[in-house]
Amino acid sequence: MHKLPCWELHGTASKINNMTKDEIKQIIFRLLKKTAPDTEPEKLQPGDDIRHTLEIDSFDSLQFVVALDEELGIEIPEQDYGKIATLESLINYIIEKKK
Amino acid sequence: MIEFTMPSLGADMEAGTLVEWHVKPGDKVKRGDIIASVDTQKGLIDIEVFNEGIIEKLLLKENEKVPVGTVMATIDPGEEAVVKKKEKIPEPIEKEKTPGPIAKAKKEIEKVELAQEHHRAKASPLAKRIAEENGIDLSNITGTGEDGVITKDDVESAMIEKMAPKEEKKVTVATTENVRMAVAAAMSKSNREIPHYYLETKIDMSKAMDWLEEANKQRSVKQRLLPVVLLIGAVAKAVTEVPDLNGYWQNGLERKEEINIGFVVSLRTGGVMIPAIHNADQKAIDELMASLNDIIPRARAMKLRSSELSESTITVTNLGENNAETVYGVIYPPQVAIVGFGSITEMPWAENGLLGARPVLNVTLSADHRATDGATGSRFLMALKKYLSNPDLL
Repeated sequence: MHKLPCWELHGTASKINNMTKDEIKQIIFRLLKKTAPDTEPEKLQPGDDIRHTLEIDSFDSLQFVVALDEELGIEIPEQDYGKIATLESLINYIIEKKK
Repeated sequence: MIEFTMPSLGADMEAGTLVEWHVKPGDKVKRGDIIASVDTQKGLIDIEVFNEGIIEKLLLKENEKVPVGTVMATIDPGEEAVVKKKEKIPEPIEKEKTPGPIAKAKKEIEKVELAQEHHRAKASPLAKRIAEENGIDLSNITGTGEDGVITKDDVESAMIEKMAPKEEKKVTVATTENVRMAVAAAMSKSNREIPHYYLETKIDMSKAMDWLEEANKQRSVKQRLLPVVLLIGAVAKAVTEVPDLNGYWQNGLERKEEINIGFVVSLRTGGVMIPAIHNADQKAIDELMASLNDIIPRARAMKLRSSELSESTITVTNLGENNAETVYGVIYPPQVAIVGFGSITEMPWAENGLLGARPVLNVTLSADHRATDGATGSRFLMALKKYLSNPDLL
């Protein structure tokens, strides 16, 4: 039987609450690709540092944070930048923020 | 009548390909209007006109590649604009009228074949007619007639060549390789001709970073500022105090009134583009950020305007976060200075007999020793330090 991931149990109002980790990952890939078209985000491993691996500078990084806000309605304060360094931590951060 | 010529978009440009006219004869134009798109090593560039008037004739066909300085169109300044007739044509064009040794040196590097013949090549009337009817560019043909006049036979040979199933002569798209070659040409010229001197200083960025953090708390994500805007703002202000670093070296130092900061944007595929932030000294911090938001993506997409590529008066190169601590820039000719910012890094810092850890920025100045001396450069760096240590002054 398909087991529901725990984050799907919280609330139903927001679209994101019904998303699987994989769906969030796909959104992240799409936004990264939009921000830095000549990178290959889909090759990122969960533990990879996104900026370092894709060679994204602070300008693109800010564009990405803006894109996340526009797409998912999540405003990430500057002091949280350290919490979204890897793909895995970013996915978890988004889930946490949407609880 | 004003002649509008293929502009030089930097010391490294020798030729451009007209891709599209945005005007037709009879159209009224004013300063700053985009009249054509030209393909260069630095991408597809929108070319602006510098005079007011009415387009009289378009002398180039689309997809023609011509050397810098070739007349592309003639503009009738019209009665109203007669007074302005003597208005200076944009400097880069004048500059290219006397091609320096770069022309020679570039040939070693660049394999692009240029239309060496003057564009309005001599040709017999018959040859001209056949060429026109068949869309043959006379400037690409070497005449075999008397005094190098292009004959009917020459045009016909060119037609055969054109029809041959050779590799298609398409518009040269700005590729990684082209950009690399453009950078190579400009930097070789710089190292060959400019006697650089270098100065360096360290700046405690605590106040600037605190200022930035506070400023960003009051801004939405979209309006957030990056540390680099403070650096650009500080350079613009500091150079107003030391104007000898803002200008060109062309048989002497030519100070520029406008402070247009060329901002180095590195391309992920290699190479750099250096768009200008115009009148940076008159822009507030948020306006500088807006400029960056505008030019960086366009630079990366190689979609810049001619004025953005040719009007910088001083360059800023910034390595950004988590990178090397120090960068010594190579001046972009004919400019006389480049300011290099390394990564802001936490370092031990001694002040008033106490040791602490501070975010420290290594700043370098590379300047042209023909134009200025170390004392001038040092005054600039001290002014820069003053602004970055007191961000409220920005």
